Amino acid sequence: MVDLPRRSLLAGIAALGASACSKINQNETARSLISAAEDGHRAVHRALAGKQALAPEYARSERSPSFRGNGSVTIADPFYQDQLAKGFPDWRLEVRGLVGKPLALTLAEVKALPQRTQITRHDCVEGWSAIGEWRGVPLAHLLDAAEVQETAKFIVFRCADTLYGRDYYESIDMVDAYHPQTIIAHSLNGEPLPEKNGAPLRMRIERQLGYKHAKYVKAIEAVASFERIGQGKGGFWEDVAGYQWYAGI
Amino acid sequence: MASRHTISTRLWHWVNAGAIIVLFMSGLNISNAHRYLYWGNYGFDPKDAWLSVIRFPGWATIPQHYNLAIARDWHLLAAWPFGLGLLFIWAAMLANGHFRHNLMTSPRDWTPGAVLASLKAHSGSDGGARGYNPVQKILYGAVFGVLLPLMLFTGLAISPGFEPAAPWLVEVLGGRQSARSLHFIAAWGIFAFVVIHLVLALANWRLILAMITGGKRPAEQEAPAHG
Repeated sequence: MVDLPRRSLLAGIAALGASACSKINQNETARSLISAAEDGHRAVHRALAGKQALAPEYARSERSPSFRGNGSVTIADPFYQDQLAKGFPDWRLEVRGLVGKPLALTLAEVKALPQRTQITRHDCVEGWSAIGEWRGVPLAHLLDAAEVQETAKFIVFRCADTLYGRDYYESIDMVDAYHPQTIIAHSLNGEPLPEKNGAPLRMRIERQLGYKHAKYVKAIEAVASFERIGQGKGGFWEDVAGYQWYAGI
Repeated sequence: MASRHTISTRLWHWVNAGAIIVLFMSGLNISNAHRYLYWGNYGFDPKDAWLSVIRFPGWATIPQHYNLAIARDWHLLAAWPFGLGLLFIWAAMLANGHFRHNLMTSPRDWTPGAVLASLKAHSGSDGGARGYNPVQKILYGAVFGVLLPLMLFTGLAISPGFEPAAPWLVEVLGGRQSARSLHFIAAWGIFAFVVIHLVLALANWRLILAMITGGKRPAEQEAPAHG
């Protein structure tokens, strides 16, 4: 335990409350309440707005002057650095898992598919926001092209970056996977994605917080469950830090 | 009905007090994640911040060390009793006449003379016989009518999953980072109210007892009061 400042009664009361909460946090009932709230938030958001309701889009003049990079901002791997320098000629985006027709697309093939451009706001779990113009392929097109199967319940994004020695990954359900603004972006503000923002390809999951927007995407995997992936919580930060899988708040 | 506080008022008061303690302390932990506040829709560079917030010490936060995930879990959970409680107390106050009889001000209450008189008369007494004085009405009105709803609406506005349901809310508040700044300001407004509220209540501890048991209403108030 931390040593409590004894000079202040208020501090003592506050600390008592806080340590009670830390203990409650290990408690089964409290954990299940918190997890019920997370499921509830997802259900309420979708009931209020509709499953396919769009996040707000902005005018070009409303963009932030730059776009912050956070989490992984560089990848040490020599193959990645070589590809970055050459414009990713040998990069492949795989679409695999519970699909009828697995794909392995070059960046040029990704850009040849139907595109969507959107100027959206990126909200980090830490509290900051940035606005940028993204261009890329709606995930729905890729999933349809790969003939995703009925048994698929989640889409997992496999990434080229590692943090704390673990591979970054994220996952979303099929509602978000087929949302019109869920795109695999290759451009930011009219330029190829910079390294710090996830070159060559990153996800945009516009109704959720930044940690869901996987960067440096190598593969898109359709799965029935993410229990056996990583530590089973559906994403890197979910596994490592206990962040909520539904990041709509 | 001779009690000073109805059961709905007392129930809400204590549930809300618990929720607010959890929300405030977990909120301070969340604030530590990015200690800069901005106006407008975006903001990430400390150079653009209108306020650089201090790092709140562990004893003031839930949990007692920096942990954004646990702090957010508690914050989002406690938001439910807070938000539903606010709806409940407003419905109850309108239905049982508490708002009309005790909290609604008349233009007369806002004059400097009335404010000064109530500050003078207040010292030490609970002002119970004549109900709330103008300063109390204005203060409670600001808390119920402005601070608590602002807390709820700014909280909803900074949720990207809620936004598609009411994009106008974020616009009305001046953008997402403005909503976040107002959320922070309203939190400290409530903190200031709680400090005044506690000091005055501790000066007359029978008032605290009355908020638990219901207390006894002064004789003059037993007959329905008009005006």
